[in-house]
This record gives sequence, C-alpha cells and structure tokens, in this order.
Amino acid sequence: MTDTHVLRVEGVTLAYGEHTVVESLDLLVPPGQITVIIGANACGKSTLLRAMARLLAPRQGRVVLDGKDLHRLPTREVARTLGLLPQSPVAPEGITVADLVARGRHPYRRLLARWTAEDDAAVARALELTGTADLADRPVDELSGGQRQRVWIAMALAQETDILLLDEPTTFLDLSHQVEVLDLLTDLNRERGTTIVMVLHDLNLAARYADHLVAVKAGRISAAGAPEAVLDARLVREVFAMDSQVITDPVSGRPLVLPISRHHCGVARREPVAVAV
Amino acid sequence: MSVVDVVVAGRVRRAWRWRLVVTVLAVAVVAAFSVSLMVGRTFYGPDEVLRVIAGQTVPGASFTVGVLRLPRAVLAVLTGFAFGLAGVTFQTMLRNALAAPDIIGISSGASVAAVFAILVLDVTSATTVSVMAILTALATAALIYVLAYKDGVVGTRLILIGIGVSAILQSLVSYLIVRAAAWDLQVAMRWLTGSLNAATWSRVLPLAGAIAVLTPLLLSQARNLELLRLGDDTAAALGVRVGRTRLVVILGAVALIAFATAAAGPIAFVAFLAGPIAARVVGPSQSLMIPAALIGALLVLVSDFVGQFAFGTRYPVGVVTGALGALYLVFLLARTHRSGGSL
Repeated sequence: MTDTHVLRVEGVTLAYGEHTVVESLDLLVPPGQITVIIGANACGKSTLLRAMARLLAPRQGRVVLDGKDLHRLPTREVARTLGLLPQSPVAPEGITVADLVARGRHPYRRLLARWTAEDDAAVARALELTGTADLADRPVDELSGGQRQRVWIAMALAQETDILLLDEPTTFLDLSHQVEVLDLLTDLNRERGTTIVMVLHDLNLAARYADHLVAVKAGRISAAGAPEAVLDARLVREVFAMDSQVITDPVSGRPLVLPISRHHCGVARREPVAVAV
Repeated sequence: MSVVDVVVAGRVRRAWRWRLVVTVLAVAVVAAFSVSLMVGRTFYGPDEVLRVIAGQTVPGASFTVGVLRLPRAVLAVLTGFAFGLAGVTFQTMLRNALAAPDIIGISSGASVAAVFAILVLDVTSATTVSVMAILTALATAALIYVLAYKDGVVGTRLILIGIGVSAILQSLVSYLIVRAAAWDLQVAMRWLTGSLNAATWSRVLPLAGAIAVLTPLLLSQARNLELLRLGDDTAAALGVRVGRTRLVVILGAVALIAFATAAAGPIAFVAFLAGPIAARVVGPSQSLMIPAALIGALLVLVSDFVGQFAFGTRYPVGVVTGALGALYLVFLLARTHRSGGSL
C-alpha cells in the first residue's frame, strides 16, 4: 500500500434541507497519517466525514481525491481507494462474520463474475489483521460489542483501500475495547500506511491517537495540527465552551484534558464558583 | 486449517445450501403443478395430461385439464412467483418484513382501481381493468414514496405511511362494494382477496410477459440489494449507487405486483409471507429473490388446491393465504415486540 492518495476538502458548504451545517470549509488530510476530527455535538463533524466519503453532495465547493472531484468519479472506483465505516452499520440477521467481511469485496466484483482466490485471500487477511479469524463462522449478532466493531473494521479492510474513514468507531464500547480498536487502527496505519480519518468523542483518546487533530466548531475549523501544538485550554474553551486544564499525559506524553466542573474543581480554581439562583 | 481455508469452506457451504434449496423448491413447484393438473373432481393420469398439453384431443380431459386446470395452475405459478419476488425485493430494500407491497398499500391501489372500474364505470373488458389496476398501483407507490420522502426515504416511515394509505384504499374498496349491485358483486369480490377462478390464457399472457422482462431486471440488482441490507451508508461506501438501485427495484417490483394483481386480484399476504419463509430455509446471507419467488408460486398453488378441495365449499385462494398470512403477521409483531424492537 502507498500513501500517495490525497484527499482534500475545498471550500465545502454542506446542508440538510435549509439548515447549513458546514460553511466553506477547507481541509487537507495528511497522507499516511491518522487524522482525528473532534468537536461538540452537532458541530458538523460527522456531516463533514460523510461528505468526505461522498455520501453527501456539497452545496458549494468540492471534495477532491487525487486532484479529481470525488462526486464525479465512478463510485466503484472511489470504493477501491476510500473506505468508510459509518456510525451505525446494520448486520443482516444471522449473517456470519466471514460472510459479512466478504461484502467488503464488492468494489472488485463485476456483474456475474465469479468469486476469485484473491477475494478469499483478502477476506482471510482482513480477519487475521483484526484478530477475528477465530470468529469466522459465528453469527455477527452473537458477538460482543468490541468483537462486532472489529468485524466491521475487517469488512472495511477487505475493501483494501488506502484511505479509511470512520465515524465514531468507539461509541458504545467500554474503555478497554475503545483502546483495543484504536490500537488496531494505529497498527494498520503504521504497518500498511493506511491513511485514517476518524471522528472521536473522547478528547483524550483523540489527543493520544491522532497525528493530526482537527477541531471543528459550528461548521468551521477552529484549529488543525499536531495535538501537542494545538490542544490547549484556550482551544477546549473555544470548541466545547468548557474550562479545563491541559497537562501532559504521563503515559503517552500527549496532551491530557482535565475538565473543570462546577463541583470537584479542587485546586484548579481559587475563586468560589458563582451559582445562579 | 488456514484462515483462507475456513473462508473458502464457509463460502462453498453457503453456496451449496442455496443451490440445494432452490433445487428442492423447483422440484416441489413442478410436483404441485402436476398434481393440480391431475387431481380434482375427476382424476386424469399423467399420460392424459401430457397428451392434452401436447395439443391432442382427449375426451373430457381436453376441457377439464386444457381449459380449466392448466390456465389456473399456470396463473397460480406466475402470480405466486411475481408476488414472492416483488415482496422479498421490498422487504430486503427496506430491511423490514412488514415492508411487503401487500401491507404498504400497493396491492390495495390496484384493487381500488379495478373495483371502481367494474362497479362504477361498468367496464367489462378485463384488459381495461388490468391497465387501470397497473396504473393505479404505480400511482399509489409514487404517492407513498412522496409522502414518506424527507431527505431520502427511511424504511419505517414508508411502512407506516403505506399502512395508512392501504387502510384508506381498503375502506374505499369496501365502500364501493357496499354500494354495488348484487350482480357486480361476484366480479368485484375477486379484488378483495384474490382468486384464480377466472383464470384464462388472456389473463396469463400479460403477466407472463411482465415476468419475463422484470425478473432479469430485478435479479441484476440482487447484489446491490444484498449490500443495502448493511445500511445505506455502508452500501454507498462499497460503491452501490443507492438512489438508482432503489428506483430500479421499486419500479420493477411495483410493476410485478400490478400485473399479478391485475391477473388474479391481490392474493392476500403471498408477497408478505414468501420472503421470511425463504430467509428461514436459505439462511441469512444469500440472495432471497429466486427462493422467495419459488415459495410464492408454491404457496399459491397449494393454497388454491386446499381452497378448492379441502372444504365443503370452494374458497378463493386469497382466503387461504389470508388466513396463513394473518397468523404469521401476529407472530411477527409479537416476536418483534418481545425482542424489544419497534417496527
């Protein structure tokens, strides 16, 4: 795999009906790196990701893959370069793991063409990489949340794309499974050079796993860059409207955001908090 | 075993199961078809039936088998095939067993037009009635689609609106029938539950033509339809043109329903039943289109046979399928509710 595919967002405006969600936004996805998009609820981060995956056509501007307008490229061709794991994919009742993962091969199949040895090999590789080979013949609906998420990632991997977009891949997982999934994605990035773009809710996990952090507020980018360079109390205040203290994570050396709440603000605040009655 | 071997073994196993099921179903359809040609108030052996089919004149059998039983059995197979295929297509596309065309009002649309034509406009030509039924079914589908459209069509909304539209249309049918003159009732009643009593070759041919054209069209979308089961976003990410697939599939399935309804009335619940039965026997992961079409054909053949001969009076086929379907509907709703789901 190479890191030569370049995905770029150019002056994109996105809207649902009358409601504009993202306005003239520019973003360059660094090839071969992990980009994490953060932001408050309803700030437009998932919408932005959907547009980058050509699921939503921009009102203005364009999303560009290797110099070409994403929406004008044949969708199967795009599907061989760009994979997406949506926030809540649906597994058909009773489908087995290997069968679900095999669906990732669709962009490579032609009408009436037979299943090839390369397709089988790709499915096997995806299962091995995600540690789900033992589950191959199990029905997906019998798996735990963490296992299921790894299976969905395996399906996206069987698609063998150089760019992988994920919308909150850790939602509904407990902390250890969140870390497990993010470690797996990091392996992919480091070993295969897969460019990864994901939306994450957890600021601290975002800071830990991102090479490139993009903070979105009200449909615009507030800051973008290495987490150490951009993530500070001022940014958290701006994007999440929340006071915080940002220290260095003793485990990873990355920034660690400690929220300052009305209660339990301990030594961080000397003045008593004014409470509106 | 290496992982590749496991993957290959699983794939081969699923493909075999599909082939086995389709073969068994095809054999069952042929068997039921043959029995319905031979057995009735008078029994005719296979040799006599074959001679009639070959075009020879056999005293008695030429009329009973050639004019009465053969068109009826062929019409049973074709309507069942069409309802089964169209039903499973809708259910797969909308990811919901309740999304069958006979539940969401498309069949009712065809019925209203037919009853209106017969009772109010005094149309006597079966062809005119059929054409009106087909156009109204398409218009009903368009109406449901437009009413349910909001940033794309979501399954549940379409189903609920469809059930509402269906209720309105059925009340219209009831109203028309209550007002009808007694001599028209016999004809009009057929449009309530569906019946093969009026089976003639002139009813069979348009439906056969429609099936010949629309089946390949729908089958060409089978793979895309399978991927839609993973959710619209996942399907689109895998290179499926979701909007176009939907449009082709809706038009194809609605046309099938309309032609089948025009030929035999809305044979109750066949479109609704065939898909889930197919899913049960084929397993979760293969295309259900052909198995469901065969199960539809089998359901109509067997139900018609039961309706004709199992009871003292002859019941139209729709009464039998209706009874079966109603039971399954209750079971499905109870199970969905118990597992904590909504629609």
